[in-house]
Amino acid sequence: MGTQQTSKRSGAGTQPDPMLVRPFTVRRVRRELPDTTTLELKSQADDAGMAFLPGQFNMLYTYGVGEVPISISGDLVKGEIFVHTIRVVGAVTRAIGKLKQGDTIGVRGPYGGSWPVEQAIGSDVVLVTGGIGLAPLRPVIYYLLANREKYGRLVLLYGARTPEEILFRRDLEKWRSRFDLDIQLTVDRATGSWRGNVGVVTTLIERAAFDPQHSTAMVCGPEIMMRFTALELEKQGIQHDRMYISMERNMKCGVGLCGHCQIGSSFVCRDGPIYRLDKMWSVFTRREL
Amino acid sequence: MRDLEQTLREHPFLEGLGAEHIKLLVGCASNVVFKSGEFIIREGEEADAFYFIRHGRVLIETHVPQKGPIMIRSREAGEILGWSWLVPPYRWHFDARAAELTRAIALDGKCLREKCEEDHDLGYEVMRRFVLIIAQQLEATRLQLLDIYGNSANK
Amino acid sequence: MTEITFPDKDVVVLERKNFQSLLDALSDSGYELLGPTVRDSAIVYERIHAVDELPVGWVDVCEPGKYRLVKDKKKTLFGYTIGSQSWRRFLHPPTNKLWEATRDGNGFKVIQPEPDQVKRALIGVRSCELAALAIHDKIFSQGQYIDNSYRERRRNLFVVAVNCVRPGGTCFCASMKTGPKATSGFDLALTEMYVSNRHYFIVEPGSKAGKKLVDKLPVKQPKESEIKAAQKELNRAAAGMTRTIDSEHIGKLLNKKFDDPHWETIAERCLTCGNCTMVCPTCFCTNMEDSSDLTGQHAERQRKWDSCFTMDYSYIHGGSIRSSVTSRYRQWMMHKLVYWQEQFGMLGCVGCGRCITWCPVGIDITEEARQLTVTE
Repeated sequence: MGTQQTSKRSGAGTQPDPMLVRPFTVRRVRRELPDTTTLELKSQADDAGMAFLPGQFNMLYTYGVGEVPISISGDLVKGEIFVHTIRVVGAVTRAIGKLKQGDTIGVRGPYGGSWPVEQAIGSDVVLVTGGIGLAPLRPVIYYLLANREKYGRLVLLYGARTPEEILFRRDLEKWRSRFDLDIQLTVDRATGSWRGNVGVVTTLIERAAFDPQHSTAMVCGPEIMMRFTALELEKQGIQHDRMYISMERNMKCGVGLCGHCQIGSSFVCRDGPIYRLDKMWSVFTRREL
Repeated sequence: MRDLEQTLREHPFLEGLGAEHIKLLVGCASNVVFKSGEFIIREGEEADAFYFIRHGRVLIETHVPQKGPIMIRSREAGEILGWSWLVPPYRWHFDARAAELTRAIALDGKCLREKCEEDHDLGYEVMRRFVLIIAQQLEATRLQLLDIYGNSANK
Repeated sequence: MTEITFPDKDVVVLERKNFQSLLDALSDSGYELLGPTVRDSAIVYERIHAVDELPVGWVDVCEPGKYRLVKDKKKTLFGYTIGSQSWRRFLHPPTNKLWEATRDGNGFKVIQPEPDQVKRALIGVRSCELAALAIHDKIFSQGQYIDNSYRERRRNLFVVAVNCVRPGGTCFCASMKTGPKATSGFDLALTEMYVSNRHYFIVEPGSKAGKKLVDKLPVKQPKESEIKAAQKELNRAAAGMTRTIDSEHIGKLLNKKFDDPHWETIAERCLTCGNCTMVCPTCFCTNMEDSSDLTGQHAERQRKWDSCFTMDYSYIHGGSIRSSVTSRYRQWMMHKLVYWQEQFGMLGCVGCGRCITWCPVGIDITEEARQLTVTE
């Protein structure tokens, strides 16, 4: 593991003081699910420092309430805005969830490393995700589709708790209508009119069509889901050095100075949050590390 | 019958099984078709078969009063449906319903149990394969219990 | 252990009676003086002006979980070994306002605080504390991201080190290779000598600024006997430390002990009070606190020292990553002795012994490290 970076990053140096918050305007609000919203944020100064890599996050601040790290869920090519998808889980995300068009929000970032979209060129790409974990992977999907010819088969395996909790339905339907991205959805339990897969997301892996010898897997979800997904992907023949995961820890500063997000010798905010699995494996199952 | 035999011989689930044993299985097999929405298995009834799904999708569900049917697992083409025929008292624990037009090969459980009893080599081969299926189901069920999407994975 | 010596050049002697001239020269150069003094029966580092504010004749007695000051016959200025708290509060304050914000129509404006321009002179920095300072320099001003607040305060610092001729009861700097004599990172390094009722200081400049300051002082060239006597004292101090950590191998050895049951026995005693993290000179963790006034017109962000011994420290929605006492003590100790090395290329422990002294139940990091890595 260690502090070695697995991928390119940007953001460093674009801000003179990494502790300083930049005011942004909420340009658009979209309610995704009862507890999940997507915000489009536009800088109130200039558009400098808006470049980001898929997988990077911003620290989002609501006036007087607090700050939380949230992955960017938008498209790289829309360079003048940040898109974030936020699920209400605490006081700050609740405050963010109440923001309306025209409100101001504070931004620090983007911070952290990226998903290995460059390293995956020429291989099949398998994305495995669950719940809100689809949001940090959405920039990857945009990127892969925009550069479709550079990749082999693209597979997106997505699990949600119930059909009602499937995120980005419109995107999923749109992507499904393309025939160059294989999307498989599953839910933990369903009632009513659901006729799709039922079972955890790991059950989709065995059925999916990809070449395990020439695949890059990107896995985003709760740790327990990523651990079992890694086992299943390994069973199918993908090596640990071709699997990438996204870790989540308490973050206060976002730039490796406050200490909170450490996993062993790694600062998740600065050295992660995306890790190649073989670099995280030795500590992945250590309890309370 | 030739079609059945060929299908079973080529099925990954039976890979490595000897020709004699395949013949024994064919003796208990038949083609079945279910319309979309049709029940394949009913909870509480005698578990007298299992299925090689050839086409379509099957939802395993249970009915909860006031809530209606709750779907807890799906089985796809290429997969095996049903293992209660192996476990006394040979009674189905859940309903299974075709989510769309579904074609399958049904194997008569009672017939197969008898053949496994007579030929323990066949019995071992069948058990070995079903243990894998049961283990997979158990692991997936444990994960479902953990409610793994409940916690946000968002940064 | 290698022999402790002084450099051949630039070393001078300052008599005790002229010590105030050193403080005056610094004050005259615009420095705010921070040094040891006695308050609440403990040595603390505070704003000082004159030599008589120093802990004249006071000696600290440190044991696991115990601390007291006793009067010594000798009227030493630095006869104690170490302050109860470290210097880090002056460079990385316990509470530090990062910025303010004011309402501005529908939004808000962020106002950055004025940079800290205060010139500070630290008087009486021990060798282990210099090592801690070097560690914080690396963390806050030599990484991918720079902590501006630290860098501003650090830029204007003048460091007067004082070498240790008396190892404290909980010290183990010799084994950590951080003392007892200062070798770098100071402007001036003093060795306090009290020989046959003569009280004087060997003064070693460590920087251009230090040399310039020496030029203003009533110093004289040292006799060879004076240098020899100081060397002897320092070597005796190095040999006099009873506690040790095998600093060369501890990282590798301890990393294999993550699941060792011994952590549980430490956790049975640990109160998770966080004292060790508050007195540690290398601990650097902080929390952010956002607040606004009642009118909502004004908001601000304070950065405050935090401790990995709290449940909140590792909290993410749904629960804390480290909820057991075992895991939190383990995190603290393994960070210091294992992860730190991979993160910053150095150990996170400098052997000052404060965590041992100020632990209310006397947990001794050297003893626990020994227990965990002892070969069967």
